[in-house]
Amino acid sequence: MAIIIDENTKAIVQGITGGQGRFHTKAMKDYGTNIVAGVTPGKGGNSVEDIPVYDSISEVPNDINASIIFVPAPFAKDAALEAIDFGLNPVVIITERIPIHDSIQIMKKAESKGIDVIGPNTPGIISPEKSKMGVMPSHVFSQGSVGLISRSGTLTYEIANNLSRAGLGQSTTVGLGGDPVVGLSFVDVLKKFDKDDQTKAVVLVGEIGGNAEETAAKFIKDSFSKPVVAYIAGRTAPPGKRMGHAGAIVSGGMGTADSKIAALGEGGVDVAELPSDVVRLLKEKM
Amino acid sequence: MKLHEYKAKEIFSNYGIPVPSGILVKDPNELKEFKFPAVLKSQVLVGGRGKAGGIKFADNLDEAKEKIDELLKMEIKGLPVKLVLVEAKAEILKELYVGFVVDRTAKRNVLIMSSEGGVNIEEVAQRSPDKVVKFQIDPSEGLPTHKITNLAKKIGLKGKEMVSVVGVVNRLNKVFSDYDAELAEINPLAVTPEGLLGVDAKLLVDDNSLYRHKDLAKEFAKSEEFTDIEKRAKDAGLSYVELEGDIGVIGCGAGLVMASLDTLKLYGGAAANFLDVGGGATKENMRSALELVVQKEGVKSIFINIFGGITRCDEIAKGIVDFAPKTPISVRMMGTNEEEGKQILRDNGYSVSETIEESAKEAIELARGG
Repeated sequence: MAIIIDENTKAIVQGITGGQGRFHTKAMKDYGTNIVAGVTPGKGGNSVEDIPVYDSISEVPNDINASIIFVPAPFAKDAALEAIDFGLNPVVIITERIPIHDSIQIMKKAESKGIDVIGPNTPGIISPEKSKMGVMPSHVFSQGSVGLISRSGTLTYEIANNLSRAGLGQSTTVGLGGDPVVGLSFVDVLKKFDKDDQTKAVVLVGEIGGNAEETAAKFIKDSFSKPVVAYIAGRTAPPGKRMGHAGAIVSGGMGTADSKIAALGEGGVDVAELPSDVVRLLKEKM
Repeated sequence: MKLHEYKAKEIFSNYGIPVPSGILVKDPNELKEFKFPAVLKSQVLVGGRGKAGGIKFADNLDEAKEKIDELLKMEIKGLPVKLVLVEAKAEILKELYVGFVVDRTAKRNVLIMSSEGGVNIEEVAQRSPDKVVKFQIDPSEGLPTHKITNLAKKIGLKGKEMVSVVGVVNRLNKVFSDYDAELAEINPLAVTPEGLLGVDAKLLVDDNSLYRHKDLAKEFAKSEEFTDIEKRAKDAGLSYVELEGDIGVIGCGAGLVMASLDTLKLYGGAAANFLDVGGGATKENMRSALELVVQKEGVKSIFINIFGGITRCDEIAKGIVDFAPKTPISVRMMGTNEEEGKQILRDNGYSVSETIEESAKEAIELARGG
């Protein structure tokens, strides 16, 4: 198994004709992801990497069940709503800098239709050797039994690479996204990993801002039985400053790394002080 | 984007929310006449202004000028006071709180109202939860007036006063939504003999929405929220935050850069900045990153931490060699085109580490003159 995407995923790429869309469509196709069609309004009839492009999702003649979005921020809300309307699941939003009020509307619509939105501002999702819907470098991931959930991009690659080198492959890696309001949360993904037989342990990579880690800690304490190891970035971040990600900000004393580390500790999660410690802690727990 | 109080009040007033009459001055002599008593409020984009002495009172013109002069010589949390808002002091009978915020976990906008204003709302919520009401807004329904009325009743408002407060909340909701705000707050919303008055105002606009607010976007570029180097970084498309330490830090990816700062701290070092060159950085991006980092005074070494995914290590290496910083550097490089990158650096006399830990320790030693 794996969660959310696997060999049965049949994806479209919204915004396939842009530079990013083109580049990563090729990378995903090379990895083995089944990319069925692309959608860019006004570019219908063209093709990218031998993949046919349509003006809208409703014109795609094939059987499809997932979408990955590279559309620029001002048009991303509409693209996401179109995919959600069409019932594609998951909808992975790579686009960054989408206004929060737009994201709130996207998430509300997705909730009402029971659709998983990943992102915005996410590296995407990868179930190694099965399917990749994202922009991550494939070679650092390998198949195995560790579920990886993260709010960061490069730091996820760093940790996935350490895991793979230590022989700890991954079932699925989900990048939740660096924006203040994102679709799937740590808890949503933990629930999926709980039911997934392939996943034997989970690594959670958090960062400052919001209280998603605290909520996850409570969930783990109350109802998650597989071993969990975490790393939290931003212990030294000053309050009131956005550390690269729009969502990585300590405001009004909320969202500090200390609060997250303490909550996770109470939930029985081992928190690594260095990214490289994750492997050691995980091996001790498994 | 944080807006100054005077700017927030100007916007609130445009939406029909009553605010005190006032004059904005950047020099005491700009104040010619005023209906005293007056409140003199320094305009800075940091919280805790009152406690820091940034709000004064005056009963006549001479006193006002003198105190404005004092305020304009002040620095509050490192920010120099450049503007003072002079406002008529209101006779306050009661203070309420109304505000809209984004609840990241619920993924909803939330209306908060309280019968106790003028203080930190989170503290009130902890101390006397019965005095605070919160309502999550369903984006597909919006915020119907009857819902606001019910909330107003819950915090004990009634009659004409309740109707006025509901009116203010309705207008504030319009501001919150029209301005793509992350926070729109009136604290306190004062009850005066003449009616309601928004005595303090906060408006925080979502940075990512600024393409829809072109007028604000222009001001954002020169906002005092940011230091000069932070502004130059914005222009160069780099994500930069100034910090207190002496080790410059450059990396790719926000999470990885934060982890680099934390690693330095763990080994007894302190970062001078946060700089994310982003994914797929070119030689030129790396050059501008180094240019920015060395501009800060007191930077004794630079820690460069690259995990090449989309980013190519050889491009980074070329950028380093090209700029050839005088400040000693410690490079950790891994991932795409790692060997090419390392070779370029070695050929030019730079050492490269494999792990974050090694490189962080080296940067600390270099900063200490080792």
